[in-house]
Amino acid sequence: MSFEPLKSVTSTTLVLPAENIDTDQIIPARFLTVTSREGLGKHAFNDWRYNDDGSETDHPLNSDAAKACQILVGGHNFGCGSSREHAPWSLTDYGLRVVISSEIADIFRGNSLKNGLLPVVIEKRAHEWLLDNPGAEVTVDLDACEVRLPRNGGTYKFEIDSFSRHCLMEGVDEMGYLQKQSDAIAEFEANRG
Amino acid sequence: MPKTLFDKVWDRHIVVTETDAHPATLYIDLHLIHEVTSPQAFTVLRERGLKVRRPDRTLATIDHSTPTLINTDGSRPFVTKQAGKQVEMLLANTAEHGIETHGWESAYRGVVHVMGPELGATQPGMTIVCGDSHTSTHGAFGAIAFGIGTTQVGHVLANQSILMRKPKTMAIEVNGELQAGVTPKDVILAIIAKIGVGGGTGYALEYRGNVFSEMSMDGRMTVCNMSIEAGARCGMIAPDETTFNYLKGRKFAPENYDAACADWASLATDDGADFDKVVTMKAEDIRPMITYGTHPGMAMPIDAMVPVATDDTETAALEYMQVTGGAPMTGLRVDRVFIGSCTNARIEDMRAAASILSGRKVASHVKAIVVPGSEQIKAEAEAEGLHDVIIASGAEWREPGCSMCIAMNGDKAAPGELVVSTSNRNFAGRQGPGARTVLASPETAAAAAVMGVITDARTLKGAAA
Repeated sequence: MSFEPLKSVTSTTLVLPAENIDTDQIIPARFLTVTSREGLGKHAFNDWRYNDDGSETDHPLNSDAAKACQILVGGHNFGCGSSREHAPWSLTDYGLRVVISSEIADIFRGNSLKNGLLPVVIEKRAHEWLLDNPGAEVTVDLDACEVRLPRNGGTYKFEIDSFSRHCLMEGVDEMGYLQKQSDAIAEFEANRG
Repeated sequence: MPKTLFDKVWDRHIVVTETDAHPATLYIDLHLIHEVTSPQAFTVLRERGLKVRRPDRTLATIDHSTPTLINTDGSRPFVTKQAGKQVEMLLANTAEHGIETHGWESAYRGVVHVMGPELGATQPGMTIVCGDSHTSTHGAFGAIAFGIGTTQVGHVLANQSILMRKPKTMAIEVNGELQAGVTPKDVILAIIAKIGVGGGTGYALEYRGNVFSEMSMDGRMTVCNMSIEAGARCGMIAPDETTFNYLKGRKFAPENYDAACADWASLATDDGADFDKVVTMKAEDIRPMITYGTHPGMAMPIDAMVPVATDDTETAALEYMQVTGGAPMTGLRVDRVFIGSCTNARIEDMRAAASILSGRKVASHVKAIVVPGSEQIKAEAEAEGLHDVIIASGAEWREPGCSMCIAMNGDKAAPGELVVSTSNRNFAGRQGPGARTVLASPETAAAAAVMGVITDARTLKGAAA
């Protein structure tokens, strides 16, 4: 449940430019019969990375360079589809800490925040620069809420809910926060009769 | 100040008000759970020594990993041992925590979003969550209902509450008279095609207008079910007499029913209430719809031509689907037909499919399966003799479950096969690696089964005896 606090990440980028990359691409449903959350990284983007016989395809996701990336740049509307938390679990296990897109689906974004994976929605110009420059060394600074691009690419602010930012930077888990509200919850229940 | 349906229900459930520093703590009335997204949440409870706060507000079933066939010896042919273990774990976890569970022996077991309403557990004005994005289905009753991840399943098990910021609101207004042969599935596919697969991101939808107020509960559930396919976590329809009549007499219906209905009736959006965004469509403009690409927004009228790709993503989608821009979808050879899922496996869907299959035969090269949404639907359909019609046509009549919608129980298509499916997602590989999915109504799916090619069901009806 716990994750490494995340303050700033500097890494080369892994770019998957397709729009609407859905949760079935991130982790196909047949891998959802697991009852634990560990070890799903090998199935991240499974059907892009493996042939029917289990051998690896030549997809860039299988390269050592990709596996060294902590920042994924996806096409518009990344993470659409299901609520499976296996999607961020597989991405963090693959080695990622940040996902950047011009739009990120609601449920995926929420699930990512709870697992130490920072979803960054960035303006179109910066997004296009990132798509055009795969492998660039980029800094995502959660403290300053900005993405810094190299080679005069510029610096761009991004928005994140202050509570989510706090939880990510401090490694705070929401369960503990909610547990502390148990009196307020009990009062709410009592008042409703 | 006039309020929307969403605002009224939201405001009733605030435990802690949202501020800049933290999200709202929202109380959850009903938590639905199933085998796929709950095991890791129960593990967290166990690790932390926590209890389920309100087992009485939690309901469980098994649907995603469950086989839709039964062996001759009565056993269930799980696709893998792990799938069977996942089901056993759900049953063990819910038994340990005292949660009402509709497992193998229950007459209510079924796809979780079919079961909740059938039990009357889904009610207007509630907040409902489930570790499943199609929880939006329950919005058909005027509930705020949305999918959550497994971490939040744990939060709700332990605290009966979640942390959430209030989304924006969007009204989808459809007025006028639907053309003959246009179903609720066509209406929602037309809406998604209009606003886009991410058009609802950040919004709660309210479907408004006479098209929805005149729709049955089954139809409203089909519409709300696919809200998430436009990116919206929840979609709602104001509760009315249709809603009240549906829930009356069901297992969890309130005892003082008239008083409950009076309260529910007050939830409708007030005149003059503001939405952050309003989208309007004319009912007359909607035609039977079909998808041609790899997400539900890539949908078009069945008698239209596939749009020509305008970028790399669209080109890749058309290539994956093996369809051509400028050409029709009708006439494409079909390998499989799936009629089922939380979108279209209710009794009206079964009747619609049977009405097309009646007196006809499934084409010899097509494998068609009909999977009722629940044991209740199965029993009701069998009481009406629908299964006889379906079986006589050559289609298979299966046990309830999610089946080929998510294709994790072994029900799937082979690489390259074209499936006309009444489910909700046509993502690449959704129904099996390499499988090509075309989303449509039960009528269109059944027509594809008997003709062996994608067919406009309206032309078939004209020829029917």
